[in-house]
Amino acid sequence: MPDIVGTPILEAPLAEGSKDQHMVLNMGPQHPSTHGVLRLVLEIDGEIVVRLYPEIGYLHTGIEKTCEAKFYQQVIPLTDRVDYLGPMANNLCYCLAVEKLLQLEIPERAQWIRVLLTEVTRLNSHLIWLGTHAMDIGALTVFLYTFREREEILRMFEMVSGQRMMTSYFRIGGLAMEPPLGLLERIQAFIKTFPEKIDEYSNLLTGNPIFFRRLKGVGHLSKEDAIALGVTGPVMRASGIDFDLRRDMPYSGYEKFNFKVPVSNDCDVWARYLLRLDEMRESVKIIQQALDGMPGGPVKANAPKIVLPDREAMKTQMESLIHHFKIVTEGFAVPAGEVYQSIESGHGQMGYYVVSDGTAKPWRVHMRYPGFATLQALEVMCKGRLLADVVAVIGSIDIVLGEIDR
Amino acid sequence: MADKQTGSPASPNLASQTLAGPTLSGKPAVLEGLPNHPALKAILAWNPDALTDAKADRGELTLTVGNGFIRSACETLRSAGYNFFEDMTAVDWYPSDPRFQLSYHLLSHAYKERIRLSAMVHEEDPSVESITSIWPGANYYEREVFDLFGIRFEGHPNLRRILMPDDWKGHPLRKDYPVEGYR
Repeated sequence: MPDIVGTPILEAPLAEGSKDQHMVLNMGPQHPSTHGVLRLVLEIDGEIVVRLYPEIGYLHTGIEKTCEAKFYQQVIPLTDRVDYLGPMANNLCYCLAVEKLLQLEIPERAQWIRVLLTEVTRLNSHLIWLGTHAMDIGALTVFLYTFREREEILRMFEMVSGQRMMTSYFRIGGLAMEPPLGLLERIQAFIKTFPEKIDEYSNLLTGNPIFFRRLKGVGHLSKEDAIALGVTGPVMRASGIDFDLRRDMPYSGYEKFNFKVPVSNDCDVWARYLLRLDEMRESVKIIQQALDGMPGGPVKANAPKIVLPDREAMKTQMESLIHHFKIVTEGFAVPAGEVYQSIESGHGQMGYYVVSDGTAKPWRVHMRYPGFATLQALEVMCKGRLLADVVAVIGSIDIVLGEIDR
Repeated sequence: MADKQTGSPASPNLASQTLAGPTLSGKPAVLEGLPNHPALKAILAWNPDALTDAKADRGELTLTVGNGFIRSACETLRSAGYNFFEDMTAVDWYPSDPRFQLSYHLLSHAYKERIRLSAMVHEEDPSVESITSIWPGANYYEREVFDLFGIRFEGHPNLRRILMPDDWKGHPLRKDYPVEGYR
């Protein structure tokens, strides 16, 4: 049985009706505007894109295979490294999936802090998107401003988990620990001024005629194509599909929050830009509600065989010490079954499919990340347009190669 | 490609109404426990024999069909309102037989509910029909399963390795492939 069935990318024949002047151009994987290691093979007729193949896998590290060799709790640090710009969202999705398998109830305070930090993560993810997208188009200044705010978010992450990017703060059964004193005040101070910052970015870009003409009408993706190609998140909502998991299939207590889901029918890169700015404004509202209504109580579920005990208890109580030892050395058995849990991450619908065979290690962990599916829509959005538009479209789908290659 | 979009033909959050109950295991129990479920009704109206097993567990409905029916089952479910192909992957149950389980996750924007369509595939000649003709978005997912598990999809437009290099030997997510690889 031969291993290769399809046609290797560089040997693919030119498109039907190709003329001699068509040229095959290789873009990436080291191209600065491909946001990592995306490689595109383009067939171009002068400046017009005739065909486009994304070629991925340069960042494939076999995370799904590694998960099968780890205890359930050891998988959490791996999930951070998948979509490395939205660590808390990855943690949340995986933890919710395992908690569903365990049928574990999470204390309300832990749920609210999860919502709070996931929304801060969304701001983080959108800020990087905005900075790099504008930089691709040639507006370098915005990058400096968005990274100023991102720095503050990373400092909050460091405060809460000791890490700037690979946080691993959400744990199966709740949170790693009570958030440090001063965190909520710091987030409050941040979001108090953040709406002005969004206006500041908007002032730099929305009225900018070059930015407008590079984005308006570019990268058209119809509603039907968005559904057919599995596109989710802001790109899907900019194509007129009003669906957001936070509102429509709520998880982790999102049903208690009041927010709008921005939708646009313009289907182009410009619509995606405006929509993500609106999403940031909505996230600020959710964060404010989470801060205002933050309930008290524990941040870990009462399940001593699953959740690690507090340090204090471990050092003073024999039983806690035994539980700690057992969890760390043997893990905890998860009842057999399969679950699929999805959340709305900054890029779209993220899903974890976890299959348990009743032991302490997952039998299979599959990660559905939005960028993988959205990349398939790239050819539809770029075909027949100028080569320079490809850069604008890649920026607008907000890809992170870590989540595509896993 | 065009099909039903958002808008509510049925009440929202069907999942919480019909699936929140106790675990239902096996086809007769699920058919009895969820008589009005749109996916089950559509499958029964199409071909009751194609459905080999069903399970409602932890708020999720799993329908198992014979591996020759995957494509037509997807088509049936799409016209029943499950308009969005969300995810597809495989599970290797080595050393049991049939060895591979394919899991398709289909989402309905109208019902706000997801179902899992599942099929078992034998180790000898692992191949099923591709669903790229129904959802072109399944293209990369099928390539990934081919790449990492070695399951073939008949009718796929370009079945080629996607994550591993083109000349890679073996399929890394199979259970008999060592985690640290071959050195």
